[in-house]
Amino acid sequence: MRIRVAHLYPNYLNIYADRGNIAVFERRASLRGHALDVTAVEPGDPLDPSAFDLVYVGGGQDREQALVAPDLALRGDALRSAVAGGTALLAVCGGYQLLGRGYRGRDGSWLAGAGIFPLETAAGEKRLIGNVLLEVELDGKRVTVAGFENHAGRTLLDPGATALGRVLAGHGNDGSSGFEGCRVHAAIGTYLHGPLLPRNPVLADWLLARALEHAGGDGVLEPLGDELERVAHAVAAGRARSRSGRSAIRDVRPGARAAWRSARP
Amino acid sequence: MTVEHYAKTASGAERSGVIPEPATGALAILQGRVGSERMGARLTVETSAARLVGRLSRAAGRGGGTTLPGKLLWKIDPGAVDALAARLPAGVAVVSATNGKTTTSAMLARILGARYRLAWNNSGANLASGVASTLLAARDADLGLLEVDEFALPEVIQHVRPRVVSLGNLFRDQLDRYGELEHIAERWRDAVAILPSASTLIVNADDPLVADLASGRGGSLRFGVDDPRLARPVLQHAADSKYCVRCGEPYRYAVAYVGHLGDYQCPACGHARPQLDVSARSIDLQALDASAFDLVTPAGTARVHLPLPGLYNVYNALAAASVALALDASLDEIVSGLGAFTAAFGRFERIEAGDRRILMLLIKNPAGANEAVRTLEEGGVPRTLVIALNDRIADGRDVSWIWDVDFEPLLEQAETIIASGERAAELALRFTYAGFPSSQLEVIPDLREALDRGLSLVPAGEELGVLPTYTAMLDLRAIAVARGLVRPFWEGTP
Repeated sequence: MRIRVAHLYPNYLNIYADRGNIAVFERRASLRGHALDVTAVEPGDPLDPSAFDLVYVGGGQDREQALVAPDLALRGDALRSAVAGGTALLAVCGGYQLLGRGYRGRDGSWLAGAGIFPLETAAGEKRLIGNVLLEVELDGKRVTVAGFENHAGRTLLDPGATALGRVLAGHGNDGSSGFEGCRVHAAIGTYLHGPLLPRNPVLADWLLARALEHAGGDGVLEPLGDELERVAHAVAAGRARSRSGRSAIRDVRPGARAAWRSARP
Repeated sequence: MTVEHYAKTASGAERSGVIPEPATGALAILQGRVGSERMGARLTVETSAARLVGRLSRAAGRGGGTTLPGKLLWKIDPGAVDALAARLPAGVAVVSATNGKTTTSAMLARILGARYRLAWNNSGANLASGVASTLLAARDADLGLLEVDEFALPEVIQHVRPRVVSLGNLFRDQLDRYGELEHIAERWRDAVAILPSASTLIVNADDPLVADLASGRGGSLRFGVDDPRLARPVLQHAADSKYCVRCGEPYRYAVAYVGHLGDYQCPACGHARPQLDVSARSIDLQALDASAFDLVTPAGTARVHLPLPGLYNVYNALAAASVALALDASLDEIVSGLGAFTAAFGRFERIEAGDRRILMLLIKNPAGANEAVRTLEEGGVPRTLVIALNDRIADGRDVSWIWDVDFEPLLEQAETIIASGERAAELALRFTYAGFPSSQLEVIPDLREALDRGLSLVPAGEELGVLPTYTAMLDLRAIAVARGLVRPFWEGTP
């Protein structure tokens, strides 16, 4: 089958290897005889998200996020109805924040989001950085998801909202709730990059299956070997569980000396 | 060891004239004391203690002992760094950039080495502690030549008050440690703001974010490449500063050379690459061996023959030439210094291994790795490659950057790739998902085994390509040192 993918703002939101996630979708689809048809959507381009089976939004630096935010906010209604209609969606880091209701900056400024996920984000004083390990329930099965997070934002889910998973190691949405990410229908938002999908093939296949269903298929994907993926997952999970691999919370205030003193040969 | 013991050593050192001058103002202010004699004694005690730590550390075989003394000095008295820097009669030159700072400083050492005795952090110890250690260790130096970590730049500038500062480029790099590009640029703006007005600021005009730091500042030098024949057809995937620093519109590039470095103009507000004071024209890239170019400067034009490959090294040479000019070096000195240059260790290094050779190119971020790939592509991709990914602090804990590197030309031409290092599996996934056949891919996390396997696949007389991240490079070099193939880096100054 053809899986129609809309990749939002690839020229702006690409900081954490987002094209790796697209490459994983492409290869895992093609190994099962399906083809990915990827459309890049930049600010101002026409987009009917319901005509797509999968939407991808990556992460960007603050500057790039601010440049695309107004365009994304205008697409909120269309994206919401596409997600309600079963379009799968993956939003990582900055994309995740921008698909919430909005982002409160340290100076009190408000950047309106698209409102797909029931959450808000506020800038914190310190960045939450390091390897993360989650426990996620997919189709009734518990799996672990390993990634890397690096965000100043503290994301607060609305009461009753569904998180992507429980934090086994790392910081997660806000560093204190014990939850990470958000799920609405087949839409997933998360801080985990690394990129996320190469070492978490179960999650990649879950999203592909939802996209295939939206395209009119039965959403059944035969398993692949995934030996390398399992090794990479295990190494990344080990990093998250070990103290050194979690790394520090870095102070982002001007003149902060903590990172400065860290040893670099 | 006791404080008395240090004091004894120190007074002996003082009598022999090792540290001839008392400490100056900043130290006194920090300590809330007056009386230069006491200050001098105190500085001497501290510096001797710190030097001793350096010797002990080296004797214990810990990485050349390059940062421990500075760490100690920084702990006891950070103001001592000001005093040590202020003693250098020819002042201090500082070189910073995401990519190329080690190579640029090494080029400068070649150019200036005949004229000055240098306090040069040639081991790559480029944080505050490394700077302090370098100033401590070089007792009779005339000129400080310091490569400085991007993040550390404001604080180092505040302490050493450099005569010349060169800012080479800003690329995405170790986002887990440095944060976003804009935050580093912010720190650089702070650094430029506290730079003494008599100091010369040198910027890469081809990098929009960096060039903008010199706008409105008098006495600046701007360097860049002026040879549209070497343009890349499209901006690379990992190009960073693609949007106007003033208004946010995408720049139009008349020419893009390396990453987002090029001749840019904003179609909305007109912000554009400034006039070049120092430039490279008629560039001739000679595969893996060398390059030649016309160095155009306010002091005249001369043909430079650089025994290093790659356009990124032409950028490094331009930065070095600009700093040398600001320090009153002649064009002849610059041309002959650059012509006699040998690569900084591990950046681009050929190591003889019996009847085979190892060609090592450091990779540490997308922009740098893309240039390593481009260099191999132009010189002929070795049939066997070892690519090694570690994720220690100096490499960056976050390995996602490997997905932003355009490894594809290597994947199309290499016969065997050995993925190595602590995150070898991630690297193998990067290649697999790009379509590299698993039958040609080996995953050997242990560096020694990977190197041996790679060498065993290379026929006699041929070269093994090795692309390691920073700590993997250090480890591979340690393996080469242990086998007697190369000297340790703290002995091997070019």
